[in-house]
Amino acid sequence: MTGKISNTSLEQRARNIRRHALRMAEVQGQGYIAQALGIADVLAVSYFDGLNYRAHDPEWEGRDRFLLSIGHYAIALYAALIEAGIIPEDEIETYGSDDSRLPMSGMASYTPGMEITGGSLGQGLSIAVGMCLGLKRKQSGSFVYNLLSDGELDEGSTWEAAMSAASFGLDNLIAIVDVNNMQADGPSKGILNFEPLHEKFAAFGWHVQRVDGNVIADLVTAFRAARACGQRKPRVIICDTKMGKGVDFLEARERNHFLRVEPEEWSRALEAINAGRAS
Amino acid sequence: MMRDKYSRPHVAAQGVRLKTSAMIASIAGDDQPTRMAPFGTALVELAKSRPDVVGLSADLAKYTDLHVFAQAHPDRFYQMGMAEQLLMGAAAGLAREGFLPFATTYAVFASRRAYDFICMAIAEENLNVKIACALPGLTTGYGPSHQATEDLAIFRGLPNLTIIDPCDALEIEQAVPAVAEHQGPVYMRLLRGKVPLVLDKYDYRFEIGKAKLLRDGSDVLFISSGLMTMRALEAAAELERSGTRAAVLHVGTIKPLDTETILNEAMRGGRAVVVAENHTVVGGLGEAVARHLVLNGFSGRFHHIGLPDAFLDAGALPTLHDRYGISSQRMAETIRNWL
Repeated sequence: MTGKISNTSLEQRARNIRRHALRMAEVQGQGYIAQALGIADVLAVSYFDGLNYRAHDPEWEGRDRFLLSIGHYAIALYAALIEAGIIPEDEIETYGSDDSRLPMSGMASYTPGMEITGGSLGQGLSIAVGMCLGLKRKQSGSFVYNLLSDGELDEGSTWEAAMSAASFGLDNLIAIVDVNNMQADGPSKGILNFEPLHEKFAAFGWHVQRVDGNVIADLVTAFRAARACGQRKPRVIICDTKMGKGVDFLEARERNHFLRVEPEEWSRALEAINAGRAS
Repeated sequence: MMRDKYSRPHVAAQGVRLKTSAMIASIAGDDQPTRMAPFGTALVELAKSRPDVVGLSADLAKYTDLHVFAQAHPDRFYQMGMAEQLLMGAAAGLAREGFLPFATTYAVFASRRAYDFICMAIAEENLNVKIACALPGLTTGYGPSHQATEDLAIFRGLPNLTIIDPCDALEIEQAVPAVAEHQGPVYMRLLRGKVPLVLDKYDYRFEIGKAKLLRDGSDVLFISSGLMTMRALEAAAELERSGTRAAVLHVGTIKPLDTETILNEAMRGGRAVVVAENHTVVGGLGEAVARHLVLNGFSGRFHHIGLPDAFLDAGALPTLHDRYGISSQRMAETIRNWL
């Protein structure tokens, strides 16, 4: 089975991913929910238009690898893996609990479909370089996707890997940078300015696209172009996303890296998503 | 120690000055038999039967003997540039795709600079990455930037990681296929270039996790690893001339430690126990052995020869080994005075 596993629209997939994420966050009463809401459209396009995978066989050799180096986005990826049928939906209520397969920070040994252990930011792209080299050795046509955050651009290792990927001409690597401009200590650009990002990646030798990461049609075009680009270069899709996307009162929170949500607010948030204001 | 860089040293016309070559890596004595680049040679040999073997360097292939492999198998060699975090991350990625990566650099850079990548990308995932590092402990006179005097302390705390400290060329040659066979991450200290050949005289066979008695003696038991086993054997010969009979137990694997053999030997015959290691006295073989002996009721005499808890001097290696008490002569003196 390849990416397009149903006729359900990508918008509906994104709404479902947001719903799953909200339900998981509600279990704990808090979490990295603003990131999950912001990246849901990217994940919907990744899992329902971009990636090749087999839901019943997450380690199928012919799959595209999706590496989540930002461990705290696990809630978002679990939601996508649930929507993709890789994790059963009834595990939502175990999120972050003892003995759950869905820990707060994503780890490869816990969760089917979780390719690497994230959490120590800035490692994913280096691992991706090694996997791309390995896939080329095996003459595999699989792609490696690495979802990283704008905060991870602070880590020097990200740029070691960026230089290396271009140096090796890794045309089987697609990096996705979530630019939501929010880090633990506040707005990213005020922490360590990473702009101009398009020019930076281009100067590092990458094929670069920058899109609104909450517009499904633009994401679909960019993801397809990244695979098809034909140049012997690694590809990056810089996605500008909105923290808390789809839930107006969460979008409006000023400091939303880690959100505490009042018990009565969860139903309001779900209603907002169900009302279709998500995309 | 505070050094006064404005105090001019005494400059005198002396006899022989130790040259730069003595600073870099020469641990072989003048008339000692040696083998060239045992690590690189063994890896080339291994690669013949293991198509999954790949080699990675962070701009130090020539200085870790990996260049021998790179020349023999250019298509299986990855030059990662001077980027040790990338080196370890990419090695993890290659292991994830089913390859057997040997990631090489200097011990200082692996342990200090790339530690988090080794921890999270490799060890936590129990990936099959073999990390082989030159210049362990005090094997260069370049000063603290290159002297990995605490690499074992850093790595011993890492779950899943097997740690090898080989003594000589023979052991390196035997360890390469052994660590390849072992499932899981390995950190292996390397001696490079012209590496002394010692263990061929002791009918030695390297096995992961096994300590081996190379020489018996009724007064003193040396427990040593790495090049200090070479020194312990020399010190034991020296002590014998003055009537002290020393045994030498070589511990080629620091982790998992062969606690059974170590305890049996330490308890046998009431000998004074001396741990000797090319490493700071903090957190290495000495403390590992002492902990195990204390927990198991050892109450005999115990001495620990290792490097001081300090940033060490730059200089010629023979001078420094004398200064810090890890030359065979200094070891023999220390033991004589202690007994």
